[in-house]
Amino acid sequence: MPTLNERVGRATLDKLDYVGGLSVQLWAALRALRVALPFTGNRYRWKESVRQMLQIGVDAVPMVSLMAMCSGFILAMQGASELHRFGAIHYVIDLVAVGFTRELGPLITAIAVSGRSGSSFSAEIGTMMVTEEVDALRVMAFEPVEFVLAPKYLAALIAVPCLSILSNVCGIFAGGIFMFFSAQLDPRLYLHYVLNSIVLRDVLSGLVKSLAFATIIVHVGCLEGFRVRGGPEAVGRSTTSAVVKSTFLVIVADVVFTAIFYFTGGH
Amino acid sequence: MSVISIRDLVVAYGGRRVLDGLNLDIEHGETMVLLGASGSGKSTLLRQIIGLERPHSGSVSVKGTDITRCSSAELKKVRHSIGVAFQSAALFNSLSVADNVALPLREHTALAPSIINLMVWMNLAVVGLAEFGKFHPQELSGGMKKRAAVARALALDPEILVFDEPSAGLDPIVAAELDDLIVALKQAFQMTIIVVTHELASAFRIADRIAMLHKGSFLAVGNKDDIKNSTDPRIRQFLDRVPSNRAEAHVLRTHFEKYLHGEEVTA
Repeated sequence: MPTLNERVGRATLDKLDYVGGLSVQLWAALRALRVALPFTGNRYRWKESVRQMLQIGVDAVPMVSLMAMCSGFILAMQGASELHRFGAIHYVIDLVAVGFTRELGPLITAIAVSGRSGSSFSAEIGTMMVTEEVDALRVMAFEPVEFVLAPKYLAALIAVPCLSILSNVCGIFAGGIFMFFSAQLDPRLYLHYVLNSIVLRDVLSGLVKSLAFATIIVHVGCLEGFRVRGGPEAVGRSTTSAVVKSTFLVIVADVVFTAIFYFTGGH
Repeated sequence: MSVISIRDLVVAYGGRRVLDGLNLDIEHGETMVLLGASGSGKSTLLRQIIGLERPHSGSVSVKGTDITRCSSAELKKVRHSIGVAFQSAALFNSLSVADNVALPLREHTALAPSIINLMVWMNLAVVGLAEFGKFHPQELSGGMKKRAAVARALALDPEILVFDEPSAGLDPIVAAELDDLIVALKQAFQMTIIVVTHELASAFRIADRIAMLHKGSFLAVGNKDDIKNSTDPRIRQFLDRVPSNRAEAHVLRTHFEKYLHGEEVTA
């Protein structure tokens, strides 16, 4: 039976090992990213990137827009029920517009993508590990990071910010519907208020976050896949672990980025 | 000069020596069979020869390049001259059989698509799968998958062809067909062939020389007759298929005795 100290030490070492693995993989992927670029890179990697963009981005459109609209309604209703008492219902517009561009849009997108694509990355790569396909790539002189990871990473870096913008639009749209029915606010006026309350900095901070979230989701998903040893049940475990860890890390990263923007922004 | 020379190769996992100071030379154009029981270290040795893992100490030279110490660019160059047919075939499930064979040609050569198609067809014809190019790996039987893997391994016209357990999981007829294929390939292309197996019939059918592995060291390296006429008890046990569970029965008995006497039993 290991003592408490031993267990704490082992857990710490495991976490450090994981973070080290993520950093090494991130560095390798950043260096390999150029092979996935169009024109200058390898055209097969670019083709694969486009395919991945469709899977990560286009296929997630219905789900992300629905989630964003629901959250838009929730935010507007919760906000209105309190603000109503102070006769300040028009602040709901600011709440929804700023809340989505800075925060909810990227976060909802990240949660949807982590559930849809993060899990499928780990399952795909995990299966390739079990069936020796990753070994086969290496003996055929392909780098698995270039062949498998780089196209996914490039695709996510493009698709996730796009989805975040879509999610912003849907959330704000839901806010507009709510305002129209509850306060008979003219949609044109709503749009006017929304555009007044958002500044470019809000949009940019949201996009920076979504790039960070995309990085976390792809790298955690792929690292979980590459760490699969043994049989099919290990693939299942890695899929669960990919979703849990990437969602967790997305929220941690969100706090960090929000704090950075808060303390540097002069709010 | 030998094509592959292994010197003082030591591989250890967690302090346990899986390969214990191996020395072996494989000559150009010969078929070397690495024979051994499960857990004898033959698959580990294979992974060292194809450069998938780095050893604890010692060296593996392929065509004069020490692949345990060379740069990744040199390793890539060496890999072009090695074709590997994995135990599980390791075909890419997302690609058709023809695309699997075409993959290394498309990416590592500047050949025109029409030439590549022709070469793919020829390689598939060599292994008797000319009509199955359009099929996906999951639509093929076990034996066909393995033959497709051979076709892919042949794609870049390698000097060295490596088979990991070619007959594992196949019925005797299909396994014999695969043995014939290996013999035919050697005669047709003058390749150096390395086969890892525990199947005696297959080993004696295809081998020029046999290296007999036992617990990480070679018991004997020699031609078929050397091995057949060997008097080493461990080789005889393997050849005569004598079970070796007597030692375990003894351990089991002492365990039970201790248990019945109420003493503490540790695993």
